[in-house]
Amino acid sequence: MIATLTLRERRIGLGLSVALAVLGLAMAAAARTGPMAVHGGMALILGLVLIFAIGGALYDHPEQGEDRLTRYYDAPTRFGIVMTLIWAVIGMGVGVWLAALMYWPEATPPWPATSFGRLRPVHTSGVIFGFGGNALIATSFWVLQRTSRARLADAVSPWVVLIGYNLFCLWAASGYLMGSTQSKEYAEPEWYADIWLTIVWVTYFVLYIRTLARRAEPHIYVANWYYMAFILVVALLHIVNNLALPVSWTGAESFPVWAGVQDAMIQWWYGHNAVAFFLTAGFLGMLYYFLPVRAQRPIWSYRLSILSFWGIVFFYMWAGSHHLHYTALPYWVQTLGMTFSVMLLVPSWASAGNAIATLNGAWHKVRDDATLRFMFVAAVFYGLSTFEGSFLAIRPVNSLSHYTDWTVGHVHSGTLGWVAMIVFGAIYTLVPRLSGRDTMAWPKAIEWHFWLAVAGTLVYVVALWNAGITQGLMWRAYDENGALSYSFIQSVEAMLPYYAARTLGGTLFLAGAVLCALNCRATMRTAGDRVDATDRPLAAQPAE
Amino acid sequence: MTTDPKALPGADPHTGNRDIDPVTGYDTTGHDWGGIRELNTPFPKVALIALVITVVYSIIAWILLPAWPLGRDYTRGLLGLDQNEMAMESLGRVETRRETWLAAFDDPDFDAIAADEALMARARPAAERLYQDNCAACHGTEGMGGPGFPVLSDDYWLWGGDPETIATTLQVGINATHPDTRWAQMPAFDWMERSDRHALAGYVSDLSGGRADHDGPAAVLFEENCVACHGERGRGGLMNGAPALTDDAVIYGQDEASVMDTLRNGRQGLMPYWSDRLSDAEINLLAVYVAGLGDDTTGGTP
Ligand code: HEC
Ligand code: HEC
Repeated sequence: MIATLTLRERRIGLGLSVALAVLGLAMAAAARTGPMAVHGGMALILGLVLIFAIGGALYDHPEQGEDRLTRYYDAPTRFGIVMTLIWAVIGMGVGVWLAALMYWPEATPPWPATSFGRLRPVHTSGVIFGFGGNALIATSFWVLQRTSRARLADAVSPWVVLIGYNLFCLWAASGYLMGSTQSKEYAEPEWYADIWLTIVWVTYFVLYIRTLARRAEPHIYVANWYYMAFILVVALLHIVNNLALPVSWTGAESFPVWAGVQDAMIQWWYGHNAVAFFLTAGFLGMLYYFLPVRAQRPIWSYRLSILSFWGIVFFYMWAGSHHLHYTALPYWVQTLGMTFSVMLLVPSWASAGNAIATLNGAWHKVRDDATLRFMFVAAVFYGLSTFEGSFLAIRPVNSLSHYTDWTVGHVHSGTLGWVAMIVFGAIYTLVPRLSGRDTMAWPKAIEWHFWLAVAGTLVYVVALWNAGITQGLMWRAYDENGALSYSFIQSVEAMLPYYAARTLGGTLFLAGAVLCALNCRATMRTAGDRVDATDRPLAAQPAE
Repeated sequence: MTTDPKALPGADPHTGNRDIDPVTGYDTTGHDWGGIRELNTPFPKVALIALVITVVYSIIAWILLPAWPLGRDYTRGLLGLDQNEMAMESLGRVETRRETWLAAFDDPDFDAIAADEALMARARPAAERLYQDNCAACHGTEGMGGPGFPVLSDDYWLWGGDPETIATTLQVGINATHPDTRWAQMPAFDWMERSDRHALAGYVSDLSGGRADHDGPAAVLFEENCVACHGERGRGGLMNGAPALTDDAVIYGQDEASVMDTLRNGRQGLMPYWSDRLSDAEINLLAVYVAGLGDDTTGGTP
């Protein structure tokens, strides 16, 4: 990292590290005890490490020349990929452990920090924000530069974004273990972490816009629309849903400004659009770049891209209330959520269809190349889970599925089948290029990973479909005398085989992810010196 | 925008042709982003048709159901549905079905009910569900109890095991927030010398095996401090919430260490009251069910 910065940039970095250390110290000193003090301590340590790293090497490296502007800046992408893989192993590992606990709750260790309720958000935040978020940021830098034919606007802010974002993830995960949470699903971190993320996110947005403004291509590629929508809307969602009044400026607790059913509605407007703009729009950006690049095929239909982009952006915004069917939320809001969810299906399928049709003429590659196959499977699962999503949003269907493990199965068909698969496809495309090589260090392992991932996803999803439908049917069954046919505990006992299968599926998937991480490590450690002469910004090249 | 094909992006300036993709036969849009291109494929008809279908579906739903806000009101929809009314209606339907037999439990003659085999056959599954959903978390799925929670499937009772008494226990709870709740406190004897507590603990733990020495100093201590609640020689039977200490039924444990704990800190178990969560008939049904739990277990010694 440091060698790639100019002296001036190193000085700025040093200044920012000092600021971070001071902020951490101030937080720790003000809070004295509790999560906020611990988090201040973490920021302080990180700041000090950065001060020593940058300060110690301030004059060690030769000054970067102007010729750096003729290359893309990929060091942040590389760091982001490493963080993606670390969080993948942590987040998925905790997920598998929790799945096992649902089968065998007696194994819960006796400490508060290891209770199910505290570990669950470590899993969800670990995979969504740690794994997914780092993958999005890392690939967005790569894609943005390539499709704009321009170098990142500066070299400091990508590091601010990545390091700041990972500090947020660390605060989140460690805070949950200490019992610090706002009890809003996927928005658990407390107010100071939320403010911190807002600062990081604005830096990200500004960097993106500035780089885009330098583009040497007249048009903005679809992938960038999607990444932009992801950055912009996530900022909006994050700010509105997290509006809260801290109990004191020196403690981690706060009260949301929203109350009652409005709070529930805001929360699920946030929650569903986090799925839409974090877990969908951003990853569609990834798909729109890596799939055609890997397949060496043009995007099948420009018009379909436009339809699906605007359809997704417009319809998703209204769909959140389908999470609150049959609750205190007024019926009319539920109807709107249901109908917009149904209309959302066509733009979603347009994207999936566009991706699959792009593979026309490259099917032999799909057969031979596991990396491309990851992306193909991702597109298929994207289509499947968006269909399922619209279906579950229909009120009478929801009366069966709501509160059951079907919902969990649906989420995982999206996150394992779609999100994680496209990330792995992107990683296997990126890592060799980042390491100056033609291929990954262990090409065979990609094939193994692919089958582990597909098998894991199918076992997981099919088990939870069965689990959810069984639960839904058991809960609603009455006998001829008007008594419930089953007690709740019977429906819990009926879950045992499915929870065992889910644990197995998760384990297979995790094994694949670990294999991927090791493969990437081996590849990065045996970097080659291949350079692609055409892979450089246009603007800095001599005029033709 | 220009209509001259030769001026379109990517067009050959001489012929006006754009790159044709050999696989699909479509031309490209002329854009190129570091090697990525797009085809100028015409808009697929199926996508349009599907979009129209989903929009029509939505419009029909908006016409029939409550849908759009109008200031402080909203469009009610032609079907005039209201989710509260619908929920209450379907709840009412099940309740009517239940009333056909549950009414017999409203003001029950417990003996008559227990004798009515046909009624009990209809009622037992419902009682079983009620028990599993409300009581099993504390008292165990088969009434076998657990540390701090008394066994319901044996013949030892704190307050009484006949259906009337059980029904009252359920109505008001034990140490609960109900104004008429049953009250049972094992006071803490932390003021007592530790050595005395020790002697008592040894005495009490011997009581259940019948091995206790009734002439020793511990027996005197027991006489002075405990019999008021636990009865002569700990035989209980006062039905005041204090258990007999001579049998082998225990709530917290009658080994020396547990008794030391009980004496040092006192005990006051909490049994919630149910009169605001279950109807009278449901409580009576449960009372009959719980009273019968012991009948088919053979484990306990009477
Ligand atoms: C929160 C845990 C809890 C739940 C739920 C609970 N109980 Fe209890 N119950 C207790 C405790 C604790 C006691 C003993 C109170 C004491 O120690 O004095 C008790 C006592 C009783 C007794 C008195 C036993 C005797 O020997 O006289 C009966 C009867 C009883 N429960 C029945 C029920 C039924 C029926 C239900 C379900 C409707 C139920 N309980 C639900 C905790 C619970
Ligand atoms: C004011 C009445 C009262 C007095 C006096 C009293 N107890 Fe208790 N004791 C109770 C009650 C009530 C319980 C049941 C508490 C519960 O279930 O939560 C109890 C429970 C116990 C238990 C636990 C039984 C089990 O099954 O786990 C022991 C042991 C015990 N008492 C011993 C004694 C001894 C020894 C003394 C005299 C030093 C004594 N008690 C004095 C009311 C009393």
